[in-house]
Amino acid sequence: MMTKSKKLRWSFFVFFIPVFLWLLLLIVLPHIELLRMSFARPAYLKQPGFTFSNYIEFFKEPIYWNTFFRTAMYSITVTMIVLIIGLPVAFYITKIASLKTRGFLTILILIPFWVSELIRVYGWTIILRESGIINHFMTKYGIWKQPIEMLYNDAAMIMGLVYTSILFMVVPIIGVMDSLDNSLIEAAYDLGAKKTVIWRQIIIPHCMPGIISGCIIVFMMVLGSYLTPNLMGGKNSMWFTEQIYNQFILYRNWNMGSAFGFLLLFMSSIIIWVALKLSGQSLKEVVK
Amino acid sequence: MIRSLPNSKLYTFSFTAFIVLYFFFLFAPLLITCILAFNNSMIPTLPWKGFTLDWFFGTGKKTGFFHDPINLRAFGVSFRLAIAVSLMSTAMGTCAAFLFEQENFPLKNVMYLLMIAPIVIPGVILGISILSFTTTVADFFKNNFGIRLDFIRPSFWLVAFGQFSFISTYVCMVVSARLKKFDRTLEDAAYNLGANRFQVIWYITLKYLRPSIIGGLALSFLLSFENFNTTMFLVGAEFPLPIALFNRVRDGSTPVINAISFLLIFATSVCAMVNLILSRKKKED
Amino acid sequence: MEIALSVKNVVKKYGDFTAVNDVSFDVEDGKFFSILGPSGCGKTTLLRMIAGFFEPTAGSIQIRGKDMANVPPNKRPVNLVFQHLALFPMMDVKENIAFGLRRRGEKTPEVMKKVHNILERVGLPEYADKRIDQLSGGQKQRIAIARCLVLEPAVLLLDEPLGALDLKLREHMKVELKKLQAEIGTTFVYITHDQSEAMVMSDHVAVMNNGHFEQIDSPSNLYNNPASSFVAMFVGNNNKVTGVLAKDDSGKFFVQDKNQLKYAISTVKDCKEGDVVGMYTRPEAIIINPAEDKTFFNRTGVHVKAVLFDGGNSRLLVVTPTGQEVLVALPQNHQFDYIKKGDNIVIGWDPASSVCFKETGAKMYDDEI
Repeated sequence: MMTKSKKLRWSFFVFFIPVFLWLLLLIVLPHIELLRMSFARPAYLKQPGFTFSNYIEFFKEPIYWNTFFRTAMYSITVTMIVLIIGLPVAFYITKIASLKTRGFLTILILIPFWVSELIRVYGWTIILRESGIINHFMTKYGIWKQPIEMLYNDAAMIMGLVYTSILFMVVPIIGVMDSLDNSLIEAAYDLGAKKTVIWRQIIIPHCMPGIISGCIIVFMMVLGSYLTPNLMGGKNSMWFTEQIYNQFILYRNWNMGSAFGFLLLFMSSIIIWVALKLSGQSLKEVVK
Repeated sequence: MIRSLPNSKLYTFSFTAFIVLYFFFLFAPLLITCILAFNNSMIPTLPWKGFTLDWFFGTGKKTGFFHDPINLRAFGVSFRLAIAVSLMSTAMGTCAAFLFEQENFPLKNVMYLLMIAPIVIPGVILGISILSFTTTVADFFKNNFGIRLDFIRPSFWLVAFGQFSFISTYVCMVVSARLKKFDRTLEDAAYNLGANRFQVIWYITLKYLRPSIIGGLALSFLLSFENFNTTMFLVGAEFPLPIALFNRVRDGSTPVINAISFLLIFATSVCAMVNLILSRKKKED
Repeated sequence: MEIALSVKNVVKKYGDFTAVNDVSFDVEDGKFFSILGPSGCGKTTLLRMIAGFFEPTAGSIQIRGKDMANVPPNKRPVNLVFQHLALFPMMDVKENIAFGLRRRGEKTPEVMKKVHNILERVGLPEYADKRIDQLSGGQKQRIAIARCLVLEPAVLLLDEPLGALDLKLREHMKVELKKLQAEIGTTFVYITHDQSEAMVMSDHVAVMNNGHFEQIDSPSNLYNNPASSFVAMFVGNNNKVTGVLAKDDSGKFFVQDKNQLKYAISTVKDCKEGDVVGMYTRPEAIIINPAEDKTFFNRTGVHVKAVLFDGGNSRLLVVTPTGQEVLVALPQNHQFDYIKKGDNIVIGWDPASSVCFKETGAKMYDDEI
């Protein structure tokens, strides 16, 4: 407004400098360094220089790229499952539940997600494992003769990932469904539309922005998760983040780890970019 | 179809059943974790062997949380970490909200995209990139100037910086949402009544933002307290609680973990309630 | 009289668009000055330049003889009552009023004394501890004004502050505001698009259109002697007839419309014979069934198309035989109760009641003839 005023200048720099330093020192430079590292020779070779070997190694070793694509595929699967469960949940809370229970349900749905992921996953491990709660009841009532190990397999891992990420689908969809005027549904109903038509032509198109942002956030969370696959997945079904951890912490091969990190970042950027292009949204709207 | 339209009994019933199942799925692990914190058994499972508070206060064979030095120390580290991170992130997030909502400058959009990037960058990658960068910088200063920059080696403060790097973004989102709704004629009115820029921000804008700043503090405290993915690459000698618990969870342990979980679930539920009540009030304003 | 506010040749441009075009005026100390104009005419821009939120592109603004160029808004001796009042919701009434005093660094006892004084003056002495959302629309209004008046500004600027109120309250506040101003004696500069607000309260009114002033005058002069067709249409109601100005053998002027119908007119200002002009006649100047004995009088038989009942503002919509629609004031004294839709009546008016201006072709509103 007062472009000439010197006082505005002063306040601009008070805001600008800290934010600039934050983004430069903790976001931009670290990622540039990560990129540089991924193209550098491992330190133990004692001959620094530029190389593609970290990336070549990734494609030469099937276990690496298998993990990579498995992680991507499972992340997409989990996102779809979360969408299929989350959509009716959001619909129930915004459009079917009575106005009184609605506020209560919204609070209820949030509470588990304030609790740390580790504790939530821990809860599942004591339910599912060989000496867990389900096996206790099943053997006690003689339905199963032997306890069955239900943990450490892909199904358990997928369930755990759905569990830890579903809120991030439900909340944005509740947001857009809230803004859907009930009278639109009533009008369609009045004009003789069936439920499937109402869903396909009115509800889904209106909720698309929320669905897209939910999908992107959930996909990112699942792709980058470490605890759930580690604690619930099997020993031979590694998540790609575990590969990165192994390279960095177990093998101390930071250059390889950096390359893996960049591949993960690259893949997630591509998938998000495609999702944004297909839906015609911008990242700005999605993270709101 | 919706509450204002006639629905068949089957439709209502099956939908309600689905929601009940969903909430059961949501709360089952938490409830079981909490219940087993009071089970008088050496492993966290059924059968029920009687009620006990040993996993909180016990000593000797059944060491309760309050007599477990390792976990207590980790709790202390997490607590100090969460305080430091929430203060830093809330200050930075508020700064960023002001910068992006109220100022105009070249390359604002590029900077905004960088600011929101941490939401879509996996925490693991944030962790390794900060680790590589700080290690390179620290090595550089050590090798060239002989200066030891230990606080940017894996340590308490490096974890704090790592968490701060993405938690600030979340705070900025929370504060921006409220700042967007701020009626800027209030600022004009304050200028008109003789206030300078600093006084306008202090007496008018920040007062208005207070509920969201408190919300940002609470959010950043919780995010810091429970963060694992970024933290695991940056920890030094002081282990925060999630890191300390992780190995015990994986290898199986006594129900002391249930006791800690119970305390955390209880505390975060109270926090969440307070936060929700505050945001309710905010809506009424 | 001292000049409180002097605006000289002020221009404000946004790129190619000129929001305020060479506006000059002086406001004497203690006067109530209004700027009246349709939305988008530049009046808010002008006000914000006086308050210091915008810098003029050219020209100068002086307050009590001091030039205000490069004086930021927080250092100017003027205060602004905002359109939506902009009361601080996070503070109570007394803190709102004290805000400006505290910024001047005045001591608390002194501040509180002034706050209570001004609350008494605006008639809300018990409201010091109320929250803003506990006040009614009219009370908020008075607090917003009190918050400015407590600083004893040289000029109080008001940006359509009655706009948000409902009709009844607005009528009431008009009178209140005028009384308050007379009592306190502060110079008021008031902008509005509501002519009634401007006419009732002001000593002088400037009519603004497309960034410039059309006329600065007393309310009665604006009504009786509009200086332009815009003022004639904007202030009060007017019937407009377009035609060519001509002179008859006796040297009297008349306006001849496209159907060759002639209307006598006595004052033509600077219009010349042969000009295409718009002739403006107020509905309340038109007499229904006038006496037969008047000479040099416009008289025509008309058909009643509709009776537009609106209490004291009731009118007849009539059509001349040539199809010209005319609005005629319908006094509610039962004298004309017999007139019904479809009747044929005679109307007439004194040629001295009409004014004419050269036709510019510019329409004021799209839906007007």
